[in-house]
Amino acid sequence: MRVATNCLWVGLFAAVALYGLLVMLRAADPGFVLHGLLFLAFGIAAAAFTVRTALTPEPVLSGDGPNYNTAIVRAGVIASTFWGLVGFAAGLWIALQLAFPALNFDLPWTNFGRLRPVHTSAVIFAFGGNVLLATSFHVVQRTCRTRLAGRITPWFVFWGYQLFIVLAASGYVLGITQSKEYAEPEWYVDLWLTLVWVCYLLVFMATLARRREPHIYVANWFYLAFIVTIAMLHLINNAALPISFFGPKSYIVWAGVQDALTQWWYGHNAVGFFLTAGFLGIMYYFIPKRAERPVYSYRLSIVHFWALIFLYIWAGPHHLHYTALPDWAQTLGMTFSIMLWMPSWGGMINGLMTLSGAWDKLRTDPVLRMLVVSVAFYGMSTFEGPLMSIKAVNALSHYTDWTVGHVHSGALGWVGFVSFGALYVLAPVVWQRERLYSLRLVEWHFWISSLGIVLYITAMWVSGIMQGLMWRAYDSLGFLEYSFVETVEAMHPFYVIRALGGALFVAGAFIMAYNLWRTARGDIRETEPLQVPGAIAPAAA
Amino acid sequence: MDYESVRSFAATWGLVALVIMFLVAVAYALWPRNRARFRDAAHMPLRED
Repeated sequence: MRVATNCLWVGLFAAVALYGLLVMLRAADPGFVLHGLLFLAFGIAAAAFTVRTALTPEPVLSGDGPNYNTAIVRAGVIASTFWGLVGFAAGLWIALQLAFPALNFDLPWTNFGRLRPVHTSAVIFAFGGNVLLATSFHVVQRTCRTRLAGRITPWFVFWGYQLFIVLAASGYVLGITQSKEYAEPEWYVDLWLTLVWVCYLLVFMATLARRREPHIYVANWFYLAFIVTIAMLHLINNAALPISFFGPKSYIVWAGVQDALTQWWYGHNAVGFFLTAGFLGIMYYFIPKRAERPVYSYRLSIVHFWALIFLYIWAGPHHLHYTALPDWAQTLGMTFSIMLWMPSWGGMINGLMTLSGAWDKLRTDPVLRMLVVSVAFYGMSTFEGPLMSIKAVNALSHYTDWTVGHVHSGALGWVGFVSFGALYVLAPVVWQRERLYSLRLVEWHFWISSLGIVLYITAMWVSGIMQGLMWRAYDSLGFLEYSFVETVEAMHPFYVIRALGGALFVAGAFIMAYNLWRTARGDIRETEPLQVPGAIAPAAA
Repeated sequence: MDYESVRSFAATWGLVALVIMFLVAVAYALWPRNRARFRDAAHMPLRED
């Protein structure tokens, strides 16, 4: 059985390498030739890894513990940190481009249109995706009290996902895109991700199946919903016909308003199931873990889960208010978005109240504070979102910077902070260190990044609402009061403030990367006076 | 199977089916006999290692 599986893997990787070679020989597009080379290199390296793993005996269980696969979680923590730095820095660059257009450098590869998807994909799929991979593999093992299923497959999921990221990002820079927002990769990258994702689902379900606990912990439910729903969204939204197997270009099978609705059904559920359900899985494990308190209400967490699943999937049409989409569908999207207030706030309350009896820890533990502030941002941005989905509000907010501000209060405040908190909790565990290198540095990260977020979202609120009001201003004769370029000019100061906020957020992430690196090396900052549970008492002077 | 029949099925039986599924999930969460199991489950992250 094992031999057959290994042969299957080697065969698959050989096929990938062969396809890459054929692409290199036959493709006309230079970007696609590069991608052929990447497929070739990946196929060869993966086949060699499989053979080497098959020839080494399986590691013997040490002690009577479940022998967790921590190596894959360590890899995930490193990848998350690395892609976080790349994605945040790309965001800072394009924020500066909006304020100072000279930074486009008049080159095709560095213009805003190509770098913007590099930023969005790098932060959502590369950073967020790797955080979800790392935490889901950690949480499912620990709450099922069993080792992650599979020997080759988890590593294929990890490295296959990294290849997906590199293919996507290099494609954007070289001009390979299908121009669907948050789904820009072309057909062959989509197929590759499908393969990786199916393996991810199999690893996760096989681990659940061999659990040594009677009950499947709620965090795993959220992770499972995230994996299954993303598979469904990805397949339907990316249904496309390539022109040739040796060319990157394809055409989506959907047309007109159906394509628009499919795209935003995908787009909003990427928010709902990737950036919400997945990260709620993180919340339901890491907040109780760090606060050392049980989940406030486990019943509420079940209702939270099912209400979120049943409502989110219908909210997508609110991205298409006042378009060719039928009016009833717009109203449907708006109504379900407003109903989402209930599960969102139910979940937020459940996360915050988990601290009951441990509120004092917020004063001394910046990691827990980061996690809790992330839940506060979750509550804030899921209040703002339904508000903006109301048609009358949307008439003002849509296509303005208000949307950008809203997205970033969710992305920086909720997704970013909950991820940072999880990484800070994970690093000492998976490297088996006593504690983090420095909690002081976490304090710095927390305050610098919080200040950055506040600057970012307040600048975008003012800029966005001003922009919306300027667009709809008429003079006494019924003419538009402002030309478009006047709105751009008025927004310039706020773009500078936004870039400043982004720079602070990037600086915080670099502090985190340094802290995690020192933690992984096993260093502890001796001079640290902060007392935390589990810390070593300072040596007598 | 035209658009109208799909739409009317979704707006009637589809709606009923989804509401029933949701109510089953809520009943499962609130069922008194599950109370002990959920109290135990809430402690799961604290138990391991």
